[in-house]
Amino acid sequence: MKTTNIMIVGVGGQGSLLASKLLGNLLVDEGYDVKVSEVHGMSQRGGSVVTYVRFGEKVHSPIIDKGEADFIVSFEKIEAARYASYLSDGGKIIVNTQEIEPMPVITGAAEYPTDALLKLSEAGIDVDALDALTPATEAGSAKAVNILLMGRLSKYMSIPEEKWIMAIKKSVAPKFVEMNLKAFALGRK
Amino acid sequence: MKKLMLGNEAVARGLFEAGCKVVSSYPGTPSTEITEYAAKYDEIYCEWAPNEKVGLEVAFGASLAGARSACCMKHVGLNVAADPLFTMSYTGVNGGLVICVADDPGMHSSQNEQDSRHYAEAAKLPMLEPSDSFEAKEFAKLAFELSEEYDTPVLLRICTRIAHSQSAVEICEPDAKELKEYIKNPKKYIMAPANAIGRHPIVEERQKKLAEYANTSPLNKVEYADSELGIITSGTCYQYVKEVFGDSVSVLKLGMVNPLPKELILDFASKVKRLVVIEELDPYIENFCKSIGLTPDGKNILPVCGEFSQSLIARALGADEKKYQMVDQMPIRPPVMCAGCPHRGLFYALSKKKITVLGDIGCYTLGTAAPLSAIDSVLCMGASVSGVHGFNKARGEASEKKTVAVIGDSTFMHSGMTGLANIAYNGTNSTVIIVDNSITGMTGHQQNPTTGYNIKGDPATKIDLEALCHALGIRRVRVVDPYNLKETEATIMEEIEADEPSVIISRRPCALLKYVKSNPPLHVDNDKCRSCKACMKIGCPAISMKDGKAKIDDTLCVGCDVCKQLCAFDAIGGEK
Repeated sequence: MKTTNIMIVGVGGQGSLLASKLLGNLLVDEGYDVKVSEVHGMSQRGGSVVTYVRFGEKVHSPIIDKGEADFIVSFEKIEAARYASYLSDGGKIIVNTQEIEPMPVITGAAEYPTDALLKLSEAGIDVDALDALTPATEAGSAKAVNILLMGRLSKYMSIPEEKWIMAIKKSVAPKFVEMNLKAFALGRK
Repeated sequence: MKKLMLGNEAVARGLFEAGCKVVSSYPGTPSTEITEYAAKYDEIYCEWAPNEKVGLEVAFGASLAGARSACCMKHVGLNVAADPLFTMSYTGVNGGLVICVADDPGMHSSQNEQDSRHYAEAAKLPMLEPSDSFEAKEFAKLAFELSEEYDTPVLLRICTRIAHSQSAVEICEPDAKELKEYIKNPKKYIMAPANAIGRHPIVEERQKKLAEYANTSPLNKVEYADSELGIITSGTCYQYVKEVFGDSVSVLKLGMVNPLPKELILDFASKVKRLVVIEELDPYIENFCKSIGLTPDGKNILPVCGEFSQSLIARALGADEKKYQMVDQMPIRPPVMCAGCPHRGLFYALSKKKITVLGDIGCYTLGTAAPLSAIDSVLCMGASVSGVHGFNKARGEASEKKTVAVIGDSTFMHSGMTGLANIAYNGTNSTVIIVDNSITGMTGHQQNPTTGYNIKGDPATKIDLEALCHALGIRRVRVVDPYNLKETEATIMEEIEADEPSVIISRRPCALLKYVKSNPPLHVDNDKCRSCKACMKIGCPAISMKDGKAKIDDTLCVGCDVCKQLCAFDAIGGEK
């Protein structure tokens, strides 16, 4: 079988590492060979964060290169556009439409390209854009954006819903399980 | 049982399964989690040492005492630990000793891109290099076996993509290792000239034996496929090669990168028409191949700088490459000081007064970024303190009144103290600012000798920075709260004017520490805001301009009040 490549991108502090961990463990439980790669360190300080999740029969490289991603799950609007060149032909972008201004925009050195997603669609890229922040906040916390987006990703993958639910129960602290399951369901809708 | 593990976690598991008893390290990305994961095993004593030299010497002491021990660090940490490293090669070990070193090709969070393999060659030590988490654990265990069998410290080299990638690891039961007997042996362990002269030939002999071992070791494996193309590679590059070529080309995968297996390489080369060495950073394996008469392709088609990937290798070797979409450039998203970061107020004051700042390594290196742009140089751990002395010696009294060093609490304990002693002893009226946020921040909150806690979070002796600076010969030691801009600025101006050396401790705990309680977020009164952008000068990620008025993001703001002190129109306040 062909290796499936999922890129999770976002801004430091948005919880993308937890999402990749959840996904990685779920895929191992499903019997796949899995590699997850992340870059720590400076990314904690509000920088751009990229995680690669790869699974299949045998996975070699831990990273995803340009033109290889089957899915890009972006936690922020322009991060989707930043990494769109990593998408494979026929790949799909799932993107939270939340805007988080990078420092050059805050200081006025650059403008926030609010039309970034429109441009991706115009270029023929398959974009599933959703506001994940509002429903996550309604589910109990803005922090549940990560699980909500996993809910959306789950729609496009063949893994049964109950397996995802089990994986969420294993990955988050007991007191946050209910909230995250709610967020997952909202994302999957 | 199979488990998905970070490379660093797998190394820690390997230390545990090998019966390692003592780990002493200094944090440094991408190596930090090895020691953090090791600390979760009750069977291993773990500690954060003040620096890598101390850490390695602690590991040496533990080995001498008969325990299996380890020390973990990032690549530049090995520079600090190089002194004990080179002579430990002569003494050898009692209990097995493994040094884990993590290189950072691509410099995801490092100040240089040095290649640690040169250390193995220069110090004449064996070096193993795993290519995924599975091997990271297995090689860590094997490293201890080799260490004891060949009486040598063993280097375990990983890189960012191994350290911070997760792949499946087979969990095994730990070996119960008893302490080896300690027997006094001056000829082996006292490296005074007479004894060292005796030890050097033993080192050379050991190298020869290890080179023989390398030829037949299961660490180095040949995967024959095709005689057209043969690739010699190691570490993460092996994975990229397999990704591009699968089983269609012949590969010699080196798990041991020092000493290199001469006979094995010659035999492999003789069976393929074209030989290519694929390695990140320096042409280390390539140069060895050339030294034994081979003429492989290598750095003539592949870069020395930066990280590799499957596409990069495919491109260099003319293999099929993926097409991709061209996209617009997005505004860059650099890492920034967090909202409420205590370093911000200090750098604002330094920037406002146009002071020359010799900087150092830590979160506060972010003081280089716009709009603060407050730092003039960053070299290595501790260089701010020694550097400001040299700068002032060269430029004289006028320079002393407009130049400072800025160094963090952990970095000061690591290697700032000796520089401060030099300022006192050799006399410049330099000003050193210690930004004391009560934690080692950038690497993700590790304790250090000034925090009052150890690696397990248990109370420990807290070194008093003020008393320490006094003891190092500095009479003027001032403490300021960097959230108080007026006081911070005034103190800096007084101390740089002083006719003797001084230390300012800019003290406030990191805003991300769990015990730090944040204040309610601040808000901008749109009627009072005159759009002057004074509050934007501090580069706080919580403040932006919306429709011509300043706006504070209340999910980020921790109510530090620094922006409020900059507003001349009283537009920033605590209530909506």
